Amino acid sequence: MDIKAIRQEFPILSRSINGKPLVYLDNAASSQKPKQVVDAVSFYWLNEHSNVHRGVHTLSQDATIRYENSRKQIAEFIGASRPEEVIFTRGTTESMNLLAWSYAAPLLKKGQAILISEMEHHANIVPWQLLIERRPDLRLLVCKIDDQGVLDLEDFYNKLHDNVGLVSITWTSNALGTINPVKLLVDAAHKVGAVIALDAAQAVPHMPINVQETDADFIAFSGHKMCGPTGIGILYGKYAILDSMPPFMGGGDMIRDVSFEKTTYNEVPLRFEAGTPSIGEAIGLGEACNYLTGIGMEKIAQRENELLQRATEALKTISGYKIYGESKDKAAVLSFLISDAHPYDVGTLLDQWGVAIRTGHHCAQPLMQRFQIPGTCRASFAFYNTEEEVDFFIEALRKTTKMLIQ
Amino acid sequence: MKNIAEIEALIIQDFEFLEDWTDKYNLLMDMGKELAPFPESFKTDQYRIQGCQSKVWLKSHLNEDKRVVLEADSDALISKGLVALLIKVLNLQTPEDILHAPLGFIKLIGLDSHLSPNRANGLASMLKQIRLEAKVYAQQTASAS
Repeated sequence: MDIKAIRQEFPILSRSINGKPLVYLDNAASSQKPKQVVDAVSFYWLNEHSNVHRGVHTLSQDATIRYENSRKQIAEFIGASRPEEVIFTRGTTESMNLLAWSYAAPLLKKGQAILISEMEHHANIVPWQLLIERRPDLRLLVCKIDDQGVLDLEDFYNKLHDNVGLVSITWTSNALGTINPVKLLVDAAHKVGAVIALDAAQAVPHMPINVQETDADFIAFSGHKMCGPTGIGILYGKYAILDSMPPFMGGGDMIRDVSFEKTTYNEVPLRFEAGTPSIGEAIGLGEACNYLTGIGMEKIAQRENELLQRATEALKTISGYKIYGESKDKAAVLSFLISDAHPYDVGTLLDQWGVAIRTGHHCAQPLMQRFQIPGTCRASFAFYNTEEEVDFFIEALRKTTKMLIQ
Repeated sequence: MKNIAEIEALIIQDFEFLEDWTDKYNLLMDMGKELAPFPESFKTDQYRIQGCQSKVWLKSHLNEDKRVVLEADSDALISKGLVALLIKVLNLQTPEDILHAPLGFIKLIGLDSHLSPNRANGLASMLKQIRLEAKVYAQQTASAS
């Protein structure tokens, strides 16, 4: 992997922040964008744009082809058996809400449970709570995790047998980096007849994914965490299940025929894409898949793991460190605290060094409560980060903690 | 008793010769450490300022001279320094003066980036809360007189 060449494709990485070269270690929040993606999006807007699925004129047909071609690229990227299994949403959050209202609300049986875990992002907690407010017969079960941030499989199997209709669990924890043994979870869920959804927002951008091998019924992820634009994401679903689901929102594109007496719904996936979609963003996401494939997801996973190992070892040389998330199988997310230094102070001072990390609860407050901490500092790495950046980050952290702990 | 502009001038003097940002932040955090102890029993949601990533508590009352007494604390050192900075300038001032002070010193000492409403640290939120309470006192004073 030619990191130097790759970094040149991301102009933002050459920026200075507070007079220092930017060290961007907030990739789990959002990745940066390569020129290829931005160019594809801007070329579309400047030369190819029209509304999709509507016009008989050439531009509209071309835009439709570009949009649908992007769906194909994404389907190929995740190994879906057909492009129709890829639904465009605004992101993982919308994907989870779509699941709640178009799968769980109409299709879960009375008294069934939804099984999540203690390490979920709010996007995989709150939609279920909102659902249960409307359908109080449904229950939310929460699988425990251990002190290393690893899913308690015994607890998972136990709770799975409590009339679970839907398992919705993160593939990779955004706050701990834990990569869950999803194949195991999928098989276990299917054995009890439950449907399983994976929040793959932190998984798809960082390792090779094949949805057919994983065999999960639904997989949700976001474009902006994988070099694509914001405002676009995916809900992958198995065709037969998607086809059994009613629409999420009503409007244009999702209908076949509308009359005041009765409206019939469109086929999958358009049934779930009401209104004019984010066409440019979808094209950008397709290009992002293309870009990542060009580098190779295996290589990306390996590269990011090397950076994580380097950072983890170096962090351990700072006295008072505590790492949150020590799973053997771990994505390039390093969540930590240094003695009693407040994450907010650490993040603010690191910013003065040009180092961007995330601080706070990472939209996973129940997880923070589980560890009895208000939040952590989180450095998250991408393939375009360098060893020098990791070292600079650690040195800046060392100086920062010296300022904060006397 | 110095007025707001006079105190601002003193703070500007303190910060003026600090070229290195680390010195600036060290001074800010030291100011936080000099804050009068804030009773643990007041560290409740009632006194918590929303909009800060760290916890910041603020309590005020109007004293016999009709001046605003401000007390605050935070669980983070920089937030505590920022709120201490505001208290240094605004404590024991009249509600009217607090409401109308332009507080230009924040920009002059190079901490104005913290004033952006998007910043999770909430200097803007702290100031908003102090002014909100000053406004209540100003109305009370006006209706009493």
